[in-house]
Parts: sequence; C-alpha cells; structure tokens
Amino acid sequence: MADRAGPQARPGDWVLIHNVVLPAGSRAHGVPPETQAVPLEMRVKGFLLDGPALPGETVSVRTLTGRVVRGSLVAVNPPIPHDFGSPVPELQTIGPELRRRLRGDRP
Amino acid sequence: MSGTGRAGRARDLSYEAVMARRAEILRRSTGIDYESFRRGRFAFDYEAMMAHTGYSLEETLAIQAEANVGRTPLLELRNLTRLVRTAAPSGCGARIFIKDEAANPSGSFKVRRAALSVHEAARKGYPGVIAATSGNYGAAVASQAAARNLPCIIVQEVFDSRGVGQPEILEKTRACEAYGAEVVQLTVGPELFYVHLTLLEETGYFNASLYTPFSVSGIETLGYEVVQDTRRLTGRAPDVVVITHAGGGNVTGTARGLARAGATGTLVVGASVDLRGLHMASDRDFNRKSFTTGHTGFGVPFAVWPDRADVVYNAARPLRYLQRYVTVTQGEVFYITEALAQLEGLERGPAGNTSLAAAVALARELPEEAILVVQETEYTGAGKHPTAQLTFARANGIEIRRGDPAGNRPGSVIVIPEDIEQVRVTDVSLDELRRSYLRHAWQAAGGEIGPEDRAFFAADLRTSGAFVDETLAALAASR
Repeated sequence: MADRAGPQARPGDWVLIHNVVLPAGSRAHGVPPETQAVPLEMRVKGFLLDGPALPGETVSVRTLTGRVVRGSLVAVNPPIPHDFGSPVPELQTIGPELRRRLRGDRP
Repeated sequence: MSGTGRAGRARDLSYEAVMARRAEILRRSTGIDYESFRRGRFAFDYEAMMAHTGYSLEETLAIQAEANVGRTPLLELRNLTRLVRTAAPSGCGARIFIKDEAANPSGSFKVRRAALSVHEAARKGYPGVIAATSGNYGAAVASQAAARNLPCIIVQEVFDSRGVGQPEILEKTRACEAYGAEVVQLTVGPELFYVHLTLLEETGYFNASLYTPFSVSGIETLGYEVVQDTRRLTGRAPDVVVITHAGGGNVTGTARGLARAGATGTLVVGASVDLRGLHMASDRDFNRKSFTTGHTGFGVPFAVWPDRADVVYNAARPLRYLQRYVTVTQGEVFYITEALAQLEGLERGPAGNTSLAAAVALARELPEEAILVVQETEYTGAGKHPTAQLTFARANGIEIRRGDPAGNRPGSVIVIPEDIEQVRVTDVSLDELRRSYLRHAWQAAGGEIGPEDRAFFAADLRTSGAFVDETLAALAASR
C-alpha cells in the first residue's frame, strides 16, 4: 500500500479542503463584532479530482454525495482529532462519595 | 458568486440574493405550502399544519417500527432514587424513571424525528436529504438516509476562527461520516442558514429541518411510549415528565404525545443548561461553552420567537406546552452524568442528562409515591463525554472546581457539586418568556397587532387573551 500520509495529494486521495464563504466584514447584520471581524469559513472532505497538489493549492474534490467542490487543499487523509481527554480530578471521587452515601457511612 | 441551478439558468449566489429566495427554497425543499396556513400577520393554523402535513400517530409508529426506531426501554433508576431520598424531607423523593433513547439507531431520540423526515423525502421522490444541525440530529438523519440509500448532507457549525473545533461537534461529524453522509463544516455564525439554502438549491434535496411537522410529530411517539411504559410498570401515567429543552421540538413533540396517550394530568417540565451571558453567534464565546446543546442559548430564543428557524412556520412551539421551565448548571449535569454511570451502570450523555439533573432536584420536592420520568438518554462517545468536555474547557481557560453550583459562571467557571443536596433547579418565569415573545411580535409589526394575531398568541403562549392584551397595551404605553 502506498503511503498516503505525505503532504502531496494525488488524484483519488481523501482530502480536506477549505474555502471562505463570506469574507471578514461581509458577515450578516447583527453578528457580534468579533464574528464580523473574521470570515465565515467552510471545510469539506472528498476525493481529489486533480493533482498532484500541495497544501494551499486550489483543487477540486468529489464529495460523498457526488458534488464537485473547489477549495484550498488542507490535508490528505485528515485524522479524526477528538478523544476522551484526560481524567478529571474533580470527577474522580464522585463515584466513591455517592456509594458511601448510599451505604449510609459517615463521610 | 454565481452558479447554475437545476433549471440550468445562472443564479445569483450572493448572501442577499439567496436569503431573498428563502421562502421559495423552503417551499420546494419541504414540499409544504406554508402560506396556505397563514391566518394573519403572525397567526397561522398550527393544528391544521400539523394534521395536513405531518403523519398520524399510527402512521408514525408504523414508519418508525419499520426503521427499527423507538420502543426503547423505560428504566427505573432505583439507586438514584435512593440517593435522592437520603437528601429529601421524610416521605419525599419521587421514583425516577428514564427512557433509554440511546438504544435507538444512531444513539438518541433524534432518530424519531429523522425517521419521518427521511421517509417523507423518499416518499416524495427527493434525490437526497440535507439537515443543518450540529447535534445528534445530524447522525440521526445520516443513519436513516443510509438505511434508505439516500444521499445525505449535514451542515454543521464546528470551528472558531482559529480552526479549533468543539469536541462534541467533532464527534458528530465523525458519526455522520460513519453513516456515509457528507459533512459541510463551518465556522461560527448564523450564516450557516445561507449555506444551507445554497445547498438545498444546488442539490434539490429535501430539507430535513428540525422544525417541520414531520420532525416534530416524529417525537410524539416518545411521549406516547413514556405513558404506555409507565402505565405498564407502575399502573398509572407519570406525574411529571422532564424534557431537555433546546430548539423546542423535544418539548413540543413529547407533550403532544403525552396528550395523545391521555396523560392530561402529567406536568410537563422543560430543563436547559444555563449558558446565559454567552452569545451564540460569537466567535469568542463559541469554545467557552462546555455544552453545545440542551442549553439556554437555544432554549430561550426558540421559546420567545420560534419562527427564527429554517422553515416558515416552526412546528416546535415550546411555550404552547411548557408548564414549568428550569435551568441547571453545566457542573450539575456533569455531576449527575457521573452519578448515572457510577450508581446505575449507565454511561450516557452528558448533554442529554440535563433533564436528569433537573429531575434529581425536582424529585426531592415530590412525595415518594410520585412518578417522575426523564424522557431521554443519548449515547456517549469520544468528544461527548465529561472527561472530553472538561479537558477542553480547561484548555480554553475555564476554571473547574468542586463547590456550590451557585458559583457557576457560564464561560468562566464550572462548579461540580460536592454533594447531591447541591443539585438544584432555577425556575425561569414563563410569563417573562411570554412577554418577551410578545415584545418581538410587537416590534416586528410596528405596534399594529390585529385580533386574529392576538388569539393566536394566546394559544401559542398557553395563556389568556387578557394576558396578551395587557402585555401589548403595556408595550404601547411604553413606546
């Protein structure tokens, strides 16, 4: 299997692209100033239609519904970024505390 | 920008031009002729809209059964009930039951809504479905679309301008993709609706909005089942049903289902996480939230002006049904989520446990023989878990400590209770929300509100005509 983790994307690679939908200052009326000051950005994934391409280059992708979308290449095979975080000390003693209470023990 | 529509003619894709085509896009993408229900400047025939465009309870039950949706177990939380009784006055501490909606395909009650929307899309021959949602509803629509072999796009608000994503929403992106949906991820802002409209126009897909009659009537089976299950287990209908309130569909659909099952004496209580002070359209506040749903940032605006949604007339109208509305803090919900896992062996939520946190406080006030039902759970996963959400909060500068939740400050301090007595609810005045609703209407109408609108407002706010007239008179006097 070819290594798909490199920065250069090849046709058919699963990639993330980015584009600006509304530039800063052209946002909807009524949004707070800190939102008005930044663009509305979009990220979409799909299979690369052109290439080879490097991050930052404008490319086209075919999305999972078959739409063709153009944008700036961000990443090839982007990882799933979220996780369970770290154990939280403020939560860790709750279970024992509540079980003790149900048993009727004094704290 | 310009593009080519399905009809082949060039379309103006500027923000203003697309928003100006809103009504026509929504009519085509829902198949609902909303104008036919109009009765005044604001008034519309709500029950006719629900009856003529939704599905009957019998049809809904059949559609959902075919989609393997619903008929989830109602579980008695015996240890949590015992725990509450250790903190309640003698003879108090209601029996707490929970409807384990996490057992549904895609892991939440939202699939009840999605089942009808996707069924309607398939029946009408739409080539696909789109939903604008950053919550569990996205995965629900994606799951139902997958089962019907329909293409699906979910539009989500995921990132702030630094590109930092909310972990709960990143998980929902992953879940939608797991069911084969295309996910369009956006940064913060209400213009998500504009992108939603452009996609509806580009694709000709069905708008599986959270706010159509399909979506809301899909939840009626949940209220109906709650009553059937409770009768089977206890011999009678619940005394209180607690419902996590955000966009309003959960309250509306559940309450309608309770009524259909004949539970006329059941108190309908809505509960939201208190995020007051955080602006929902703020790029800065976005990642200072530690809950992305079930909170007042949706709960209050959608109660006081339901027709802000991505449809012409919102079928979710919480003030028609709420008999009490309470808030809890983020820390209380994390605490109760931990209690549910540690005492009952049920790892669920956390956002769906908003109503459970409120229920624990409410059960203390009720007699031991009272039956209190929490009508949902939701699945737990990476990103949507107390450790994930609190790790993220800490990384965004939020202080987390044990203590009295009275010290909670949305966006800066999360206080995890030290004991069960500290889990409390704060009542939100329904009359204040009703007055806020009427203020919106009064401002939108420039002060001119006719008799058909006044009668509609009384029904829409579950109040008297006199309350409506007095509030509008006070607004006119303060002009």
